[in-house]
Amino acid sequence: MWSWVAHRVTGVLIFFFLLVHVLDTALVRVSPESYNDVIGTYKNPIMGLGEAGLVAAIVFHAFNGVRIILVDFWAKGPKYQKVMLWVVVGLFVVTMAGFLPRHLMHVFGGE
Amino acid sequence: MTLVADPKAPRPPRGGPGRRTTRGNTELYGWIFMRASGVLLLVLIFGHLFVNLVAGDGVKAIDFGFVAGKWASPFWQVWDLLMLWLAMIHGTNGVRTIINDYAERDGTRLVLKGLLYLAFAVVVILGTLVIFTFDPCPAGSPADLLPSFCTA
Repeated sequence: MWSWVAHRVTGVLIFFFLLVHVLDTALVRVSPESYNDVIGTYKNPIMGLGEAGLVAAIVFHAFNGVRIILVDFWAKGPKYQKVMLWVVVGLFVVTMAGFLPRHLMHVFGGE
Repeated sequence: MTLVADPKAPRPPRGGPGRRTTRGNTELYGWIFMRASGVLLLVLIFGHLFVNLVAGDGVKAIDFGFVAGKWASPFWQVWDLLMLWLAMIHGTNGVRTIINDYAERDGTRLVLKGLLYLAFAVVVILGTLVIFTFDPCPAGSPADLLPSFCTA
């Protein structure tokens, strides 16, 4: 139940970011200066934390999506759905433990 | 891995008076598409995030020159094009499902889905045009903002 809610919430969040992200990238067609201006805002600390949240949403949605596929197509999927939720949580923690220090170092570290 | 002989795909809604009972297999194909595109998107987006946020100097290194350097290669053009189309169809279909679930009035659903499909069309067309009409060395731009191959 809650994994289903989280899948929907993260999905909507990612979708709206995607709309914005295509628009900001489209500025490469306007001029190098305008693209660099907008992408510059992605490098400030508040946006850096937002990116960490976005990556967390994507990582959960991706792993839980694989779990949904296994529940649907793997004969033993429904039986192991709860175990697989813990596997999703475990993989999520491991992936974020790899990503977060590196990303925060880029955002908050010196030049 | 043993496959289920008969995966439990969504069934068409039960017919009531004055309701169309089915629109063919569209919902089934949508259900399959979400799963197939989901697997591809996992690979495409994890690759995208690794190259742009983890490798090198991460988000700090992204600027016009970085994007131009990537799109100089057909590999990343195809990668980003696939990612754009699959993610937009996957996301639009997901949000469509959510609108169907929570917007109870017919008018509300119609307006929300109209806006959704408009956003889909604008973003997909704009994004596709940008990938294919991109000029890595626009005339009159300062050389220090451009990728190094512009002056070579």
